[in-house]
Amino acid sequence: MSTGAEPSPVLELRGVSKQFLGVRALSNVGLRLFPGEVHALMGQNGAGKSTLIKVLTGVHPPDAGEFTLAGAAIRPTTPQQAQQLGISTVYQEVNLCTNLSVAENIFAGRYPRKGAKGGWRIDWPRMNAQARELLTRLNLDIDVTRGLATYSVAVQQMVSIARALSVEAKVLILDEPTSSLDEDEVKRLFAVLRQLRGEGLAILFVTHFLEQVYAISDRITVLRNGEFVCEKPAAELNAPALITAMIGRELASQSSAAPSARAQDGKPLIEARGLAQQGQLQPVDLDLYPGEVLGLGGLLGSGRTELARLLFGLAANDQGTLQVDGQPVQLHSPADAVRHGIGLCPEDRKTDGIVAELSVRENIALALQARHGLAKTLSREQQAEMAERFVKALGIKTASIDTPIGLLSGGNQQKAMLARWLATEPRLLILDEPTRGIDVAAKQEIMDEILRLAQQGMSVLFISSEMSEVVRVSHRIAVLRDRRKVAELPAGSSEQAVYHVIAAQA
Amino acid sequence: MSSLFKHRLAWPLVTLLLLLVLNAAFNSSFLHLEWRDGHLYGSLVDILNRAAPLMLVSLGMTLVIATRGIDISVGAVVAIAAAIAAWMIGGSLVIVDGVATHASRFPMWAAIAGALGVALVCGVWNGVLVARVGMQPIIATLILMVAGRGIAQLITGGQIITIYYGPYFFLGSGYLLGLPFSLFIAAAVFVLLWWVTTRTALGLFIQAVGVNPSAARVAGVRARRITVWVYAFCGLCAGAAGLIVSSNVKSADGNNAGQLMELDAILAVTLGGTALTGGRFSLAGSVIGALVIQTLTYAIYSLGVPPEVNLVVKAGVVFAVMLLQSPEFRQSLRALVQRPPAGGRA
Repeated sequence: MSTGAEPSPVLELRGVSKQFLGVRALSNVGLRLFPGEVHALMGQNGAGKSTLIKVLTGVHPPDAGEFTLAGAAIRPTTPQQAQQLGISTVYQEVNLCTNLSVAENIFAGRYPRKGAKGGWRIDWPRMNAQARELLTRLNLDIDVTRGLATYSVAVQQMVSIARALSVEAKVLILDEPTSSLDEDEVKRLFAVLRQLRGEGLAILFVTHFLEQVYAISDRITVLRNGEFVCEKPAAELNAPALITAMIGRELASQSSAAPSARAQDGKPLIEARGLAQQGQLQPVDLDLYPGEVLGLGGLLGSGRTELARLLFGLAANDQGTLQVDGQPVQLHSPADAVRHGIGLCPEDRKTDGIVAELSVRENIALALQARHGLAKTLSREQQAEMAERFVKALGIKTASIDTPIGLLSGGNQQKAMLARWLATEPRLLILDEPTRGIDVAAKQEIMDEILRLAQQGMSVLFISSEMSEVVRVSHRIAVLRDRRKVAELPAGSSEQAVYHVIAAQA
Repeated sequence: MSSLFKHRLAWPLVTLLLLLVLNAAFNSSFLHLEWRDGHLYGSLVDILNRAAPLMLVSLGMTLVIATRGIDISVGAVVAIAAAIAAWMIGGSLVIVDGVATHASRFPMWAAIAGALGVALVCGVWNGVLVARVGMQPIIATLILMVAGRGIAQLITGGQIITIYYGPYFFLGSGYLLGLPFSLFIAAAVFVLLWWVTTRTALGLFIQAVGVNPSAARVAGVRARRITVWVYAFCGLCAGAAGLIVSSNVKSADGNNAGQLMELDAILAVTLGGTALTGGRFSLAGSVIGALVIQTLTYAIYSLGVPPEVNLVVKAGVVFAVMLLQSPEFRQSLRALVQRPPAGGRA
């Protein structure tokens, strides 16, 4: 921003404002994207990042504002139009059709045609060849005629980027592209982004992972409460300053000091012996004591989620035994697990967590009510009292407890999921990626809450892809690799120690 | 006034009123009620009586649809229940010592219990196919829809069984407190359902299962068990409807009893404001929907629409009603009406 001979931005937004039903989502926001840069758009949940992208790509019309693309004023009114102008977007959720082939997905809606009179027939060979070419540009060599469903989420993510690049794009917008990728996949994605940047593309990158911002971005724009806060080169805005800009105050410094090992006297709450499921998890021994936070370290696909599913009755073990309070139990369904005082915040909040159309109140009451069954029904007043209590205690931001939960931001939905389980007063709470896709402040609030609950005697099984979080809250860390447990590390182990175990050859 | 129209039952009620007004306009005696033979008599009473089986089926269907399912076998279950009841009662007029008395093959209570029991089994079958086997609801219930007619034919031996047993006719054409008895059956089921879905957590569970079955299961809701029982109850409702239908026409026709009733029931549920995508549901809406359909049928007959086109007319009216109930359509209509006059001086 300081140098005089600055190239002119390829895309510039000025004075963008947008209201939804009288609620101000964006107010006088500006954004500049330069060719050949990766630009991070940062802000908490609800800061207006998604709205800005939707306004820019023609999903929502802005109330005010000017857009300039390569010097010419534009005002896209549909995503198709934005794409034709050269603004391509990869949305947060991979929105592809998994039942179609890779090539069909890349060219959906604009299949290459052949034949007389404008081409009534699809030119399959040309389409497949072009798809292969595009993916080669992204260093991906896969069979483009196979169904998309046969590939991993990471590959699907690459396919959606290929789709975005298949039109002559000047600007590529990536809305949280890394939230479902593991470390290696993120590295590969970044390599591709660097290459595209080298080709002169302007890339707008939205993420919640701070380290990724610094790994790839050249410049950062920060939004807060729908307002523009600052735009700075990444080198001039360090992490603490960035967080302060995002939340408008300094984050209480790591209130949760690394916990020390807890005395494991007394009886374990959970004892798993040789717990295994064919093709999912090799036999695992695991003890969990009351008041203990046990972290599960391991990469995506290492068996973390599989272990959680076995402990919660979502999958059935075909080997081994499970004891709760020294009594052998067989969990056939989550309802069984809930009866034994086990709760699970699932990894995928949208598909396994929230019941979007129901209210915050009903969502919070659901697990406790399910545990009570039909015989002991919570009255509406009891539900409301409970919901109000948790909304206050966890700082859930919602217009009212009768708002459909689907309208809340990701972090607040996650807090409501936490509330749902806390209401059942579980003895063991399994948290599978509780902080995914939520902002720093909410993340820390949730982690503090976890530690507080453990102090009160609840056991927590904590699963996260962010190893720094795992080492910070865990009293003990069980490390998984290739679907088996390979080590147990004490509290205070460093991230490096965990990675060392993961990387060690068996 | 405007908040009154925002109530979810407002438009279904408006539709019903419009149809009643239409009937009254073309048939001056339509709204006429009189006391005759110890009960109320008139077109409105007739509509209520004839709508009762559809109300029952629609109530059962509402819960199924709320769980994101559908049950297209209810018409066949109506036929099965009717056939079993007719076969078990049969009946004949016996003259003993010069006094005419009715004799049935089995006691009437056994016939009713048998018919309802088989209907319940039909429902459980559907529920197990959907919840345990994991079939798509429309395919799972298609099996019984097709096979059910065959089963009903088998029971009736391919004939129309005529019932000769006076006391049984009370179900479909008897009167209590001056109103059709069938109405009391429908009302009882409605009150029961309303109570269990609002005063117990069943309503919350059904909605949770309908909106997000996976999330409901993870929250500890016994989603599969609830689904099975919802289908079972839907079968039971169809069985009760079958009893009323067979009692009303004093016979059981395996081929035609409850014909296309599944579609009328789905329509009634939809007209009542329950979305086919599951989740939020309205029992009262479905009852109103059933009344709308019966009133429409009545209007078509009483206006003398030729029988060969009455299905087309019915389809046309249903289409118009659906449009009327769509907020998007009403909004675009309003925009069209309220467009400022062009060229006018400001």
